[in-house]
Amino acid sequence: MATQHSRSVARLMMAPAVVLLLGWMLVPLTMTLYFSFKKYLPLRGGDLGWVGFDNYVRFVSSSSFWPAVQATLVIVGGVLAITVVLGILLAMLLDQPMWGQGVVRILVIAPFFVMPTVSALVWKNMFMDPINGLLAHLWRFFGAEPVSWLSEASMTSIVMIVSWQWLPFATLILLTAIQSLDSEQLEAAEMDGAPPLKRFYHIILPHLGRAITIVILIQTIFLLSIFAEIFVTTGGAFGTRTLTYLIFQRVLEGQNVGLGSAGGVYAIILANIVAIFLMRIVGKNLDA
Amino acid sequence: MSRTVTTQRKSFNTAIAWVIGLLIFFPILWTILTSFKTEAQAIASPPLFLNFDWTLENYAVVQERSDYMRFLWNSVILAGGSTILGVIIAVPAAWAMAFVPSKRTKDILLWMLSTKMLPAVGVLYPIYLLFIRLGLLDSRAGLVVVLMLINLPIIVWMLYTYFREIPGEILEAARMDGATLKEEILYVLTPMAIPGIASTVLLNFILAWNEAFWTLNLTAVNAAPLTAFIASYSSPEGLFFAKLSAASTMAIAPILILGWFSQKQLVRGLTFGAVK
Repeated sequence: MATQHSRSVARLMMAPAVVLLLGWMLVPLTMTLYFSFKKYLPLRGGDLGWVGFDNYVRFVSSSSFWPAVQATLVIVGGVLAITVVLGILLAMLLDQPMWGQGVVRILVIAPFFVMPTVSALVWKNMFMDPINGLLAHLWRFFGAEPVSWLSEASMTSIVMIVSWQWLPFATLILLTAIQSLDSEQLEAAEMDGAPPLKRFYHIILPHLGRAITIVILIQTIFLLSIFAEIFVTTGGAFGTRTLTYLIFQRVLEGQNVGLGSAGGVYAIILANIVAIFLMRIVGKNLDA
Repeated sequence: MSRTVTTQRKSFNTAIAWVIGLLIFFPILWTILTSFKTEAQAIASPPLFLNFDWTLENYAVVQERSDYMRFLWNSVILAGGSTILGVIIAVPAAWAMAFVPSKRTKDILLWMLSTKMLPAVGVLYPIYLLFIRLGLLDSRAGLVVVLMLINLPIIVWMLYTYFREIPGEILEAARMDGATLKEEILYVLTPMAIPGIASTVLLNFILAWNEAFWTLNLTAVNAAPLTAFIASYSSPEGLFFAKLSAASTMAIAPILILGWFSQKQLVRGLTFGAVK
């Protein structure tokens, strides 16, 4: 049993981590909140006084707001759909007996370790370039007109790039979950003559439920704030300006800190809504 | 009872899996191959796969023209420094939570996790401003601290899940034998915790190495790591495919190799122990 003494030692041991994270959370958050109620233009007069909820209203009523929401939803939704569906299929495939399983796994996981700026640039130039890109060569080979991916099909391109980066994550987690499935249950179903599709719907999918939820929640949090992929490909042009990117532009490029901060508060609220669900699952797991 | 599988089915699985695996890996493979071509060969039509004159010229040019080593060194300092600092701060905390749990332990853990979910862009300006005021903009010290803070929750969580697997009876036995708290930590717990700590270090080094929001926004020249180095190729230098490929290969190679060792830890670390 923990004594009074060991409790106070424990508290002392936790203190640095807790204090640092508390500071990391509270200081910038307070500043963002503070700025969001001010008209603050560092390069054009600085602090121009309190404006109440003006920034909040202006951020949502600006003509770039709804397109940004839409772009964010398309990217998050598109990447989630692709990575979860392909991830399940790939995890099931990798769970099958085969030769060289370890090597295939390594090949599939590799994109996750490529830094975002590299994967974005490699895709942008070496694959999606309308003249010299590999996809252009492929299109011409089949007699089709090469596509200017990042301008004509900008959203599809970004979704493709980001999906490529996140598919390994989904696959790896779903594979870990599948491997914990009791194979005897599957065998029993197989012997009872349940067809593959039925086995998938009634045994595999329910078993994967929790892992899928976790993949969706964690990816959503990361996808809501993707930045580098847009920064080096389109720079927010061609309808790829997400909420994150819009806020970045308002704050650093436009130097309209008040407006950007109000946007930041919206982003924080949005991320927290997703986070609450994730924390519930993780929290339940702690009790078990 | 293991399932018996026909050789035919196994061959079929193998073929499909390899094709898909290679397809997913292809962009990386293509980048590595292109880095050994001349610029003319890199944009040849139809594309050259293996039948070109292999050259190391691009690597030399990239190093010479953009001082690759300096960016590499910054990446090592930022990723290594932030990870080590993070582990030093997280070990005692995770320790206390795993071995002297109280009613609030769970709340503290979840709260730490919640700080990880704060969108970076929401606090971009405050951090930017603080960095200017403190003279930390484009400094390695400042970024080490920021990268440490964004990964600290993951480090604490990973260590916590590893420490919890160490059986408490061993500690009690040590205590019975009269070990002091210090001895207990140094001689009993530490040896058992080393594999967990090593995995944590590995995964967080990778995450810090690839971090591309703060490293892009808070550096210019002096502290810029490889993420920023590659971003500088976005235009128009990116049109030199062979050089872009050489630069990219050099930026990802170290981490690809480390990454392959960390597959298992990846799942545990990024799901906060919810999937093992």
